[in-house]
Amino acid sequence: MIPAQKAFLSGNEAVAAGVRLARPHVIAAYPITPQTTVIERLAEMVEDDSLKAEYLHVESEHSALSACIGASAVGARTFTATSSQGLLYMAECLHYASGGRFPVVMMNANRSLALPWNIYGDQRDSLSLLDCGWIQVYAEDAQESLDLIIHGYAIAEDPHVLTPFMINLDGFLITHTYELLNLPTQEDVDVFLPPFRTVNKMDLDHPMSLAFTAGPAYNQSFKQLQHQAMMSASKVIFETEERFGQLFGRHYPGLIETIHCDDAEFILVTLGSVAGTVRPVVEKLRSLGERVGLVRIRYMRPFPDTEISTALAGAKSVGVLEKDISFGYEGTVFTNVNSALMRAKVLPPRLLNFVGGLGGKDISATDIERLFLRLKSPDDGETVAFI
Amino acid sequence: MEKQLHLSDKKISIRDLGDREYFYGHKACPGCGGSLALRLALKVLGERSYAVVPAGCMSAVGFIFPQMAFSCNAIISTFPGTASMLSGVAAGARALGIKDFHAVGFAGDGGTADIGLQALSGAIDRHDKIMYICYDNEAYMNTGVQKSSLTPIGARTTTSPAGKRLKGAVTHKKPMFEIVAAHGIDYAATASVGYPLDYLRKLEYASRVDGTSYIHVFAPCPVGWGHDTSDTISVAKNAVDCGLWFLAEFSDGKFTLNHKPGKFTSAENYLLGQSRFRHLGEEDVKDILAERDSRWSRILSEWSL
Repeated sequence: MIPAQKAFLSGNEAVAAGVRLARPHVIAAYPITPQTTVIERLAEMVEDDSLKAEYLHVESEHSALSACIGASAVGARTFTATSSQGLLYMAECLHYASGGRFPVVMMNANRSLALPWNIYGDQRDSLSLLDCGWIQVYAEDAQESLDLIIHGYAIAEDPHVLTPFMINLDGFLITHTYELLNLPTQEDVDVFLPPFRTVNKMDLDHPMSLAFTAGPAYNQSFKQLQHQAMMSASKVIFETEERFGQLFGRHYPGLIETIHCDDAEFILVTLGSVAGTVRPVVEKLRSLGERVGLVRIRYMRPFPDTEISTALAGAKSVGVLEKDISFGYEGTVFTNVNSALMRAKVLPPRLLNFVGGLGGKDISATDIERLFLRLKSPDDGETVAFI
Repeated sequence: MEKQLHLSDKKISIRDLGDREYFYGHKACPGCGGSLALRLALKVLGERSYAVVPAGCMSAVGFIFPQMAFSCNAIISTFPGTASMLSGVAAGARALGIKDFHAVGFAGDGGTADIGLQALSGAIDRHDKIMYICYDNEAYMNTGVQKSSLTPIGARTTTSPAGKRLKGAVTHKKPMFEIVAAHGIDYAATASVGYPLDYLRKLEYASRVDGTSYIHVFAPCPVGWGHDTSDTISVAKNAVDCGLWFLAEFSDGKFTLNHKPGKFTSAENYLLGQSRFRHLGEEDVKDILAERDSRWSRILSEWSL
């Protein structure tokens, strides 16, 4: 393990620091709250020459991702960042990047979607785009955000994966909260993350046609390959975290993190910054003898179905807490968790979906204690509960 | 090896173009003006080209897996994303230390003047070193002849039908050449596949511009316009000769007219020779001619020759 430098950075600044360490060739960006400080810091780094990248001031998020795809198509490493309405505005390009197997890395500051207008955090933006073929990971704090940028390039650019990578940070709660963190050195990151090499590019010596048309006879084959690549990302994620842990001394737990799940009867499943609120509550209730646990989902795609069903196998009652709702049914995370449990024939006696934090509505430690109480209380027939 | 082209201005000849084809074996319709515009452009630009082609006719006919019609590097962009993808390609290649290349886009009229205008505006604003070629066949031809903002007034399309109340498109062509010029673009030109030498010269010039260049090439579509497939070149030439299209350049903040018709040929013959205009009456033609004449009086008074 090599000593790292300490830094006091916000989540967005940590992302920018991670991007600089990853040495992208092209950054294309368009501002949107609460993503802006990422692209401001990157612009400053390019200006002071501490980051040697082409910085494109594009006129929209659609162009930001379109430019990144173009740069990736000649073999360049690329970065962009967005949020909310901007993520939706680039939706066409999201599918384009994944279908063309361009390993763009992007940060998304999770933010509510209009209407009503709101700049605060929930996860409806990225979760509504779960099917766009991007690897989706949700950070819990600034350190993890920085490390995920570096993991992101290693995972996305792996020749078996070649799939774009979206790192989600809860708007304001992570993007604008300052933390003391370990800043890896450039030398170590260079060892961990070699330059991007790909055959999936336009090459002047070996011309290629990319992003082509494939009719009914071929199209599904490409989609199957894309699905296989995403599925194979799980293994690459584990290997990447293992390698990262050895070099940097920070160990990550894979697609999910489990806290006290082995003997837990009452488990909350959640993702993103709210896990940081659940943790101390779990510890407090444990100290009072309650058998409670936490599953923090890190990766929503590829989805950790086996990990989740294993973690929840002994639970009496499970609550899925998410900042999302698929109007007319339930939260999308809940749907995914249910599907994983059904596949594994793991059927906890009680499954509840807690929908909260929409538009930045605060979720306090007291709220979390109430959720555990609710999990322990008799079934009232309700499945989806707004908190 | 390809013959090197020299900027000997008007002396450029078809013989200067090599035999090598970069866009060939595609399934464009007979008499397609757009595919000719691409073919000629890539012959000028050569093998160190990255062609970016959005959703539209040329991508539909040139990239059908596993039969690729481009022998240089080529990529389909999103419909609105021709210019932004070009900027990304150019920035990526530059950052990787690649030298002597052309990032060139080929978008239709809808892909340029409608859905792609925002990204094009952004690229021009940045003065990105890219070439953007708009092949203007005056409607959304790939989807079956729907009106675009470059469809001329009076033209019948499937979404601007000619009936009892309306006589085809009710608006004039968006002035794309002037719009890109108003950005302070590094180089812009209009051209026509009916005047290939002028087009080739402009391509060659644009390829050496250190900044954004835009060529708007008039490219008839026999399917959408309703003329014989063997008449594409004469229609493209007639459009210029009758004054309904023009050959001009913009650089260093100045407009230059390249071709001044001595006396306009018959615009009636141009219009009524195409089924898209055949419903027009005498008064309609008169209105079109009045608009043409007012445009020309402005061109002749404001642009240099």
